[in-house]
Amino acid sequence: MTDTAPRERQLITLDVNGERHELLIEPRRTLVDALRHDLLLTGTHVGCEHGICGACTVLVDGSPARACLMFAAQAEGARIRTVESLADGAELSDLQRAFSEHHGLQCGFCTPGFLMLAEGFLAERPEAAKEEIREVVAANLCRCTGYQTIVEAIDDCAARRRKET
Amino acid sequence: MGASVARREDPRLLTGRGRFIDDIQLPRMLHAQFVRATVAHATVTGIDLSAVREVPGVAAAFTAEDLELGDITARLGRPASEFVATAMPVLARDRVRFVGEPLAVVVARDAYAAEDGLEAAKVRYEVRPPVVSAERALAPGAPLVHDEAPRNTLLNVSMFATEGIDAVFDSAPHVVRVRARTGRQNALPLETRGAVASWDAREDQLLLHTCTQVPHQVRTVAARCLRLDERAVRVVVPDMGGGFGLKCVVGREEIAVAAAALRLGRPVKWIEDRKDALTASFLAREQQYDARAAFDADGRILALEADIVCDMGAYSCYPFTAGIEPLMASAEMPGVYEVPAYRVRGRAVTTNKAPTAPYRGVSRPQYVMVMERLFERAARELGMDPVEIRRRNVITDFPYTGVNRITYDPGSYRESLDLCERVVKEEGWYTAREEAAAEGRHLGIGYACFSERTGYGSAAFAQRKMEVVPGFDISEVRMDTSGAVVVTTGTMSHGQSHETTMAQIVADELGLDIAKVRIHQGDTDRITYGWGTFASRSIAVGGSAVRLAAAKLGEKLCRIAAARWDLSPEAVELVSGGIRRRDGSGGLLGFEELADLAYLRAHLLPKDLEPGLSATATFDVFNDGTFSNATHGVVVELHPGTGQVEILAYVCVEDCGVAINPQVVEGQCRGGIAQGIAGALYEQVTYDEQGEPSATSFMDYKVPTAREIPDVLIRHLETPCAFTETGAKGAGEGGTIGAPAAVLNAVNDALRPTGTELDTTPITPETVQRAFGRTVEHTS
Ligand code: FES
Ligand code: FES
Repeated sequence: MTDTAPRERQLITLDVNGERHELLIEPRRTLVDALRHDLLLTGTHVGCEHGICGACTVLVDGSPARACLMFAAQAEGARIRTVESLADGAELSDLQRAFSEHHGLQCGFCTPGFLMLAEGFLAERPEAAKEEIREVVAANLCRCTGYQTIVEAIDDCAARRRKET
Repeated sequence: MGASVARREDPRLLTGRGRFIDDIQLPRMLHAQFVRATVAHATVTGIDLSAVREVPGVAAAFTAEDLELGDITARLGRPASEFVATAMPVLARDRVRFVGEPLAVVVARDAYAAEDGLEAAKVRYEVRPPVVSAERALAPGAPLVHDEAPRNTLLNVSMFATEGIDAVFDSAPHVVRVRARTGRQNALPLETRGAVASWDAREDQLLLHTCTQVPHQVRTVAARCLRLDERAVRVVVPDMGGGFGLKCVVGREEIAVAAAALRLGRPVKWIEDRKDALTASFLAREQQYDARAAFDADGRILALEADIVCDMGAYSCYPFTAGIEPLMASAEMPGVYEVPAYRVRGRAVTTNKAPTAPYRGVSRPQYVMVMERLFERAARELGMDPVEIRRRNVITDFPYTGVNRITYDPGSYRESLDLCERVVKEEGWYTAREEAAAEGRHLGIGYACFSERTGYGSAAFAQRKMEVVPGFDISEVRMDTSGAVVVTTGTMSHGQSHETTMAQIVADELGLDIAKVRIHQGDTDRITYGWGTFASRSIAVGGSAVRLAAAKLGEKLCRIAAARWDLSPEAVELVSGGIRRRDGSGGLLGFEELADLAYLRAHLLPKDLEPGLSATATFDVFNDGTFSNATHGVVVELHPGTGQVEILAYVCVEDCGVAINPQVVEGQCRGGIAQGIAGALYEQVTYDEQGEPSATSFMDYKVPTAREIPDVLIRHLETPCAFTETGAKGAGEGGTIGAPAAVLNAVNDALRPTGTELDTTPITPETVQRAFGRTVEHTS
């Protein structure tokens, strides 16, 4: 057995959801693996590992990014947010509530990716119209919902936010 | 019931606290990857894993021989002339039959190291000629995929042949023919397959976490292959990121991982990567039909005939076998129409491509497409309106026993058709089509009218002659001392919201707050037995068992209350929150109080009442199942230059009996329709002549996004099922069934001026361009 054989590793620091973590990892370790398997933040999912499905979407310095396409080491110094940061304790965020109200999730596997995509996008374009939202939603794959209810959830959340401000 | 109650699974899934297979981490856990065949067909002359074992991080590497694994063999109780059983070894030994077939398992400290290990594996092949199409497989002298299956035919049945059918065809005023093909598709749950196996020394038991729709069947196969008692295997299913049928068969990898964990005495995890999921997992849908139908001068169908060939790939899946698609199509092809004469032949053909499994809809997307094409073609030939010709032929008198000897329970075939057409008209699409034509644009409207058999009980499945016969379901409802209940179901949700809908059924039956109900699924140690979730059986069959068990518990609660009040059980009734006297006198004996009596002060119960509060019930369907139905209406615009098919509108009128949770039913419709559109226009797994798959990533396998999938307008009709306990019929598959037919018909409607008709899916941009190209030639 050679599964304990030494390997080349580096020490990095990741800022995730406002917490700082030190990690000793192989340089080739992807951000999504570091989040999921080293930090045990398993809310971020993996659907393809090649940048198409968007299940691994997290926010890097506020913008949606594919965590499967980044090495963990590349994320040093950035502020990373994952789905675990959205709710305030047991209190769901308005975006999460909108997803539930509109039945924007079925199996829920794609959901964290869509939530982070929408969270990043709405922060940047709070006035986005429904068609624009649909275009953005087209960046990620969902196999269960047919997308309609995801678009409606995000649109509804955006509309409510606009009303409040 | 009947209300769109908020989903109880949502809070955890929305906050990242769901627990999917890859979220499971166990102490000292290792990670597995599979050495897979790189050629489609070969004799394996040697597997050398010595270099693999030297790769840093690799803990072990095993071949089939190292693990001494048994085969997975699915059987049908049919004569050898009709069905040939073929073994699927857990790991291939001396022969490989498709690119991606697992040959060995490499176990390492993490998935990265396991992948490093794969690269060091050396497999020696003596290449055999591959068979990559059904035509080629059936041709005389074709190489054999399985030596025991002559002509590469695994199933060959002629289930129906009405006497005198030839004379009907000979004398009919109109005979139309459709030769159709449907592409090979991937069910493609977003979460790939995976398993985590470990030995639980305390329970003296293998603990197999795996994402499967059929936990009890996986337990059976794992126990057999590993030569363990079933008691010594526990299968636990965490949250699942979709399945759609792909996960309702037993996978080889999950068994191999279990064997590796036993051998190493350490937990082993396997998570399928997307490349393997696209190429080496189970696929579905590739079928060919040569069908014809005879019509009288008024457009009434007189006879139907079909020759159906299903390309099932390299292996028979367990437990359904490679026969599942042709058997389903042969039995059910007449569908919603009153077909007086019918002849059909169905074949399952084996080829050197990835094996197939059931996929949402199973054969119905294909035969419905063919039927709907036949009717459209006949309407054209007779100069009739395509909706009118359907109207004249759909079954309206129920129960109806068809030429296929299946009895259909009441549905709204005619009503759904009328309503769908009305909605499309009201939305202005007929006018839009005229306006578009005037502007030289190509708008088309297409329909599909269909029913789908759901709620198959043991009797219906027994007709397939499977070695194991699914159908019934068992449920237990147990109330604890606080008056909360835990309910078990043998079905397995993978996105269908069972935790909500099953809880609604119980809450409704017992008059209990839904917050007091918890649903347990997917654990073979906690659940007596279950057939899992497939064939849209969960609410119709599983939900009925749940309701019956809840009703039994309700009876016991009544007896306890009656005893407490010294009344006969008939003098009391279950109401919201507890039990009261029927005459209205006295107060309410609440569930908490009753539960307290049943457990903590059981000495107060009369002798004939056992302490405790639990009830178990079994439900089965003893007739031919129940039939959900729907009509789909689609509007498309074709863009001749790009060949693009744009869907402008989609209307779905569905009837699944009583909808326990209408929002969930709509979700199922929308999701199914998206997958149906995917099959109609985008997705296809193709192979080159050597059997090399061409779609190995999402770059090549085009999964439609929010840009391609339209909003769907849904209207509900409700014909309650007479024999399920909930009045519900199955609702999971309909979307995938109607969409390909409706889209294809809409495209053909738009293609009318070109004189070309298409009968094949997916409809690629090239086919559309070619259709228009031909017109240009004709008119110039
Ligand atoms: S897992 Fe990152 S895009 Fe699919
Ligand atoms: S909800 Fe299942 S993949 Fe989107």
